[in-house]
Amino acid sequence: MHGFLSYLNAHFHALRLEFWGLFIGGIGSGIIYAMVAIGYTMVYGVLRLINFAHSEIFMTGAFAGYFTLNYLIGSSSPTGFSSILLIIVGILAGGITGSFFAVVLERVAYRPLRIRKAPKIAYLISAIGASYFLLNLAAKEFGRIGRGIAQPYQNHTVFTIFGAPVEMYNIIIFVAAGIMLIIVDRLVSKTKLGRSIRSVAQDSETASLMGVDIDRTIAMTFVIGGFLGGAAGFLYALNVGVLYSMGFTPALKAFTAAVLGGIGNLRGAVIGGLILGVTESFTVVFFSGAYTDVVAFAILVLVLMFRPTGILGELIGRSA
Amino acid sequence: MNLPFIKKFSTKALIILISSELAAVVTGPPGNGDTPWVGFHDSITQKASFFGLFVTGRWALFYAIGIISYLAVHFFKKLNSNNSAMDSLRSQYSSVAKNKYFKLAAVLVIGVLAILLPTVITDPFWREAMVSQIAVFVLLALGLNVVVGFAGLLDLGFVAFYAVGAYATAWCTGALPMPPIFGSHVNPFFAIPIAIILAMVAGVILGIPTLRLRGDYLAIVTLGFGEIITLFANNLTGITGGAQGTKQVPHFSLHIGPLKYIWGLDPVPYYYLVIGFVILFIFIFYSLEHSRVGRAWTAIREDEVAAESLGINPLKYKVMAFAIGAASAGFAGVMTAAQSNFLTPATFTLALSINILVLVIFGGMGSIFGVVFGAIVIQTITMYLIHTPPAGYQPPDLYIYIGALLVIMMIFRPGGLFPARRRQRADVATSSLENSNG
Repeated sequence: MHGFLSYLNAHFHALRLEFWGLFIGGIGSGIIYAMVAIGYTMVYGVLRLINFAHSEIFMTGAFAGYFTLNYLIGSSSPTGFSSILLIIVGILAGGITGSFFAVVLERVAYRPLRIRKAPKIAYLISAIGASYFLLNLAAKEFGRIGRGIAQPYQNHTVFTIFGAPVEMYNIIIFVAAGIMLIIVDRLVSKTKLGRSIRSVAQDSETASLMGVDIDRTIAMTFVIGGFLGGAAGFLYALNVGVLYSMGFTPALKAFTAAVLGGIGNLRGAVIGGLILGVTESFTVVFFSGAYTDVVAFAILVLVLMFRPTGILGELIGRSA
Repeated sequence: MNLPFIKKFSTKALIILISSELAAVVTGPPGNGDTPWVGFHDSITQKASFFGLFVTGRWALFYAIGIISYLAVHFFKKLNSNNSAMDSLRSQYSSVAKNKYFKLAAVLVIGVLAILLPTVITDPFWREAMVSQIAVFVLLALGLNVVVGFAGLLDLGFVAFYAVGAYATAWCTGALPMPPIFGSHVNPFFAIPIAIILAMVAGVILGIPTLRLRGDYLAIVTLGFGEIITLFANNLTGITGGAQGTKQVPHFSLHIGPLKYIWGLDPVPYYYLVIGFVILFIFIFYSLEHSRVGRAWTAIREDEVAAESLGINPLKYKVMAFAIGAASAGFAGVMTAAQSNFLTPATFTLALSINILVLVIFGGMGSIFGVVFGAIVIQTITMYLIHTPPAGYQPPDLYIYIGALLVIMMIFRPGGLFPARRRQRADVATSSLENSNG
C-alpha cells in the first residue's frame, strides 16, 4: 500500500512538473480528434449509425495532402507567406479528397442499403468492408511503410506558457482547426443547409414531407464530415507522416470523443475531443506509451456504461 | 429516339466502366509512395491477353469482362423472374432439399467425402492448409455465427477469444513465461476444458458491460477489445512472452491403457481430430438453434423490445451467445496452439477478425451449412492465392478482396449464399420496424 502511494506521489510530482507541456500536446491532439469526431457525430445525426469507414476518410485526406505538398515543395524550404499558402492548399487537398471519398462511400456502401431499408447490422458490415477495402488498396498502391511529409514551415518554439514551449505546429493546427470548427458550427446552426441537416436529424420522414431532399442532405452531411476528417488527416500527417493504417487509432479515439461529448452533438464532439486529448496526454506520465490507447478505450467503455448520452447529451437537431 | 432509355443506358455503362476499372486497379501491379499514380496507371494500361485469344490493354479487357458479367447476371435475373419452368424446378428442388432422408443422405455423403479427403490431397502444402487454415477456420466461423448469425450481434473482436484459447493452451502446457498450473509438458487435451472456460469467461467479462449497448456501440467496443488483447499479448512480456512468441507447445497425445498415440508433425491425424470436433460443434449449435435458447436469440435479434415484453431477458441470452461463440473460438485456439507448436501475437490481428466475419457473411448468417460452406470456399481460395500467387499479388492484398466482398454481399445478397430460413421470413418485418423509430 505504501509502495503504491509513493508510486502515485512520484507520478503526480512528474505530472505537476510537466503539466503545461502535456496540456499543450493534449490540446493539439484533442482538436484533431474533435475534427474527426464531428464527422462521426453528423453522420450519426442523420443516419443513426456509426460511419466505420471514417478512419479511411482521415487516411485518404492525409495521403492527398502528402502528395500535394511533396509535389509543390520538392526540396525547397518555404517560409513566411508561402508557408501559410501551402498549409491552406494542403488542408484543401485533404478536405476535398476526404469529401469525395465520403460521398462515394455514401453512394456505394450506404445508399443501396438505405433504399432497401436494411437492418442496422448490414450498414455496419458494409462500412467495415468499405473501410478494409480502402485501407488495403492504399497499402497496395502507396506502399506499406510510413513516410514523412515535406514540411511547409519551419518548426520552432514561438512562445512559452509557464515554461512549456508552444511550437509553430501547435499554433497551425489550433488556428486551422479552430477556424474550420467555427465555420461548421455556423453552417449547421445558421444556413438553409444546416437547417435541413438538423431537420433530417430530428425526424427524417417529416422533413421529407416538408420538402427537404433527404438524399441530398445526407450527401452534404458526408461532404462536411468528410472535409473535416480529410483536413484533420492532413494536419495530423504534418506531424507524424502518412501510413496506410494511420486512421485506425485516431478514429477510434475520435469516436470516443464523439460519445464522450454526446453523439449527434456538434459542440459536444469538440469538447469531448479536447477532454480526451488532454486526459490521454496526462496519462503518459502513469503508463508506458504502448498503453495510452487502452486509456481512450477504457474511457469509451466507462462512458458507454455510465453515461451513454455523453456530457452534453445526444442529438444534433435539438442542441446545436 | 428514346431519351430516358439512353440516359439509363449510359449511366449503367458508366457504372460498369468505373467498377471494372476499379477491379483492374485492385488486381493490377502495386504502386509505391513516391509516384502515386504509377500503380493505377500500370494497372489500366498494361497489356493483357484474353485467354490467349487476343492481347489488349487491361482497361479494355476488364471493361469487356464487366459488360459480359453484367449481361450474364441480367439475363439470369430475367430468366429467374418470369419463367415458370425455372419456378417449378426451384420448388421441386426445395421440396427435395427439405426431405428428411435427402438431408440425411447429403450429410452422410459430405461426411464420407470429408473422411476420404486426405487420401486425395497429398500435396504437403494443402495437407497443412486443410487443418490450420480451413478446418480451424470452420470452427471459428461456426462460433462467430452464433454471435452474429443467431443473436444478431456484430462482434469485430472475435479473434480475442481465439487468442485467449490459444494462450491458455500455451499456459497449461508450460510454454509461457508464467508458470503453468499442472506442471509443464501437459498433454494439450487437458488444456481443452481450461481454454474453453477461459474463453467463455472472457466472453462474459466483455459481454456484461457491453451487451446492454446498441448494436453499433457493441461493434466498436469489440473492435477495441480485439486490438487491446493483441496489445497485451505484445507488451506483457512476463506473462505471454511478448512479441517474440511462446516457447514450444507440445502436440496432442493419447495414453489410455494399452492405447498410445502422439499427434506429430503430420497434419492428417490433426485433420481427423479437428473434423471430429467440428462435427461435435455443428451438432451442438444445431441443437441450440432449434432449442428454447435459439428461439430466444431469434426473438432478440428481430425485435429486442418485443422479446423483452415476452419475458426474455435480452442481456442473459446475449451474454450466453457471446460465451458459446467464444467457447468455439477458444477451442480453435487450442487446436492452433497444439498444431503449430508456437504462438505469436502477430497471428491474432483485427484483420483476422474481419476474415472470420467474411466467412460467416459469405455463406449466410445464421445458416450452419452456409457458414461451413463459406468458410471452406473462402479459405480454399485464400490458400490457393498463397500457394500460387498471380502476378502482382501480395498476401496482404487479400483484405482488399475481403473488404469488397463484404460490401458486395451487403448490397446484393445480404443473407449470404445460403440464407438462413428463419432470417428470410423475418427480413421484411424488421426492416420496417427499424426504420420507423430511426
